[in-house]
Amino acid sequence: MAVVALGLTLSACAAANETQLTSQHEAGMSGTVNGAGSSAQQAAQEAWRASFQKANPSATVNYNPSGSGAGREQFLSGGADFAGSDAALDPAAGEVAAARKRCGADAIEVPDYVSPIAIVYHLPGVAHLRLDARTLAGIFTGKVTRWNDPAIAALNSTTLPSTPITPVHRSDSSGTTDNFTDYLHATAGRAWTAAPSGDWPLRSGEGASGTSGMVSAVRAGRGAIAYVDESQTGGLSVASIRVGTKFVAPSAAGAAKALSVSALEPGRPSVDLAVKVDRNTTAPGAYPLMLTSYVIACPSYPAARVDLVKGYLAHVVSAEGQQQAARAAGSAPLPQRLQKKAAALIDTIASS
Amino acid sequence: MSTDVWAGTARRRLADHAFAGTTRSAGLVILLALVGVVVFLTGEGLPALTAGAVDLRGHGNLVAYLWPLLFGTVLAAALAMLIAAPLSIGVALATSHFAPRPVGRAIGYAVDLLAAIPSVVYGLWGIGVLGPWLVPIYQWLGEHLSWLPFFSGPVSATGRTILTAAVVLAIMVLPIVTAIAREIFTQTPTLQEEAALALGATRWEMVRLAVLPHARAGLVSAVMLGLGRALGETMAVAMVLSATGVVTLDLTSSTNPSTIAANIALNFPESSGLAVNALIASGLVLFALTLAVNVAARAVVASRARSLGR
Repeated sequence: MAVVALGLTLSACAAANETQLTSQHEAGMSGTVNGAGSSAQQAAQEAWRASFQKANPSATVNYNPSGSGAGREQFLSGGADFAGSDAALDPAAGEVAAARKRCGADAIEVPDYVSPIAIVYHLPGVAHLRLDARTLAGIFTGKVTRWNDPAIAALNSTTLPSTPITPVHRSDSSGTTDNFTDYLHATAGRAWTAAPSGDWPLRSGEGASGTSGMVSAVRAGRGAIAYVDESQTGGLSVASIRVGTKFVAPSAAGAAKALSVSALEPGRPSVDLAVKVDRNTTAPGAYPLMLTSYVIACPSYPAARVDLVKGYLAHVVSAEGQQQAARAAGSAPLPQRLQKKAAALIDTIASS
Repeated sequence: MSTDVWAGTARRRLADHAFAGTTRSAGLVILLALVGVVVFLTGEGLPALTAGAVDLRGHGNLVAYLWPLLFGTVLAAALAMLIAAPLSIGVALATSHFAPRPVGRAIGYAVDLLAAIPSVVYGLWGIGVLGPWLVPIYQWLGEHLSWLPFFSGPVSATGRTILTAAVVLAIMVLPIVTAIAREIFTQTPTLQEEAALALGATRWEMVRLAVLPHARAGLVSAVMLGLGRALGETMAVAMVLSATGVVTLDLTSSTNPSTIAANIALNFPESSGLAVNALIASGLVLFALTLAVNVAARAVVASRARSLGR
């Protein structure tokens, strides 16, 4: 038994010295690693799981897309080896401290999934639409009620119909709503006063469940507008938003650019790469309306599981893993600098 | 010969005992399941009494959180039954007493087929087909009847209103109520029907004098079963209804109250801690509501039976 364990550790050590997952030892790693959390990450996690299990046929990776809140809770209670979360651990709610208690040291938190959020709309005859944060806030609070409102007309050169606007929001709790309201909160000034929240904070507008429900609602309703993950717009028209003096359409590259100009959140442990997204950035090409999702893990695991957890998470944040997610889920690969930092942090995971 | 008789009696006695035991334990299992549900809902729901605004989606206390949900649940189910009950009874009567037998049977099969459609499919159909199809009707109602609180507007552009949800619910409930009503109608004693006809009653008078009085208690049961389904239906409502948590009688706008079951389905995945307890507490309220409605219906049936001297 001891011999087997030693052999495993040796082969894993050899693997850890290689940067490429595919060049690992023939036998690969074995065992089971359990993750839970963000449903936004689901498609990406599927892709990572598939390629990791292909390279390591005797390893099993489970990811339960039970939701970010549930994932964090499961991780903190020790029910999951790692969590995927659309929001970083909340120090004010005591989550950073709870994670330290669960792991015995500060928990590692790195971004692993970045996705632009698109503003989609249904307005026959209007192929291009430009909006700024203040107008968006006006639309979603119900102050701007018709498409030919002067506020919208001022941003667009095309003639707009007088169709009433139906703003559609998520009726279920969601990381997309959290990031959208955070964007409005940071950029719209007095036009948007509600605090960022995963639950839609207003009682107006139209509610729809899930990304697919939003897309269906917008498709069904003339004059409807909504915010959805850019990879799941379902062929609806997509608006450009104002960044600085330019109007930018959502793209993976734009989201990555916005992330790369953002600073880390201050006051966090050094192994915590929570990003304070600069929603007000004016960097050319940046698209600051995006969702940043994290993977949360411990700095150490019991010897029997450490190689597997580390191996999987290293694959997730590797340049190759990020490309796989981009292909499978339409996400933005992490900017190189952040990716290197994240990979270096995952590499410090040790046996306890 | 005598031993054979004894053996037969013994065997019969054994079978009797086995049968009695099986039915008794079946009944007990149902009771135990019910008790288990109540214990779970109460135990997990009570902690929500201490929940604050963070766990109650911005509402100050549990009552303020549950009230709009209860309102929406009752409104949607009541509207659905308002549509479904007369329609179901009409369809059942048509298939049992009016339509030629082959036609009646064909309609019966078609209605039964409705029960085989999964509720997600009803949800998709509600969003993609029924909602947009009802929009012009809602607009007409909004233009001409906006003085009624039900159509005060602004009218929804997608048709995902509580009235649409109620129509979807009505169609989902239709096969249950129709099937039971049809069975009850066909059980009317033929002699009574023939007696009514022999006295010169028209077919409709025969139905009114012989069939409906005979079926009354059963019809209440049928409608109650349907109402139970309408109160508890989750997926279709969660998909079709644009729920924003307001309390309003407006049936055709984008802002609608949610229902308890749909609210649980929508928010359970991302909830943790006391928020989960609050959702379970809402489940307890739904359970109590369904129970109360059923008990009330039984009481109505019982008092009517007594007054009719049966």
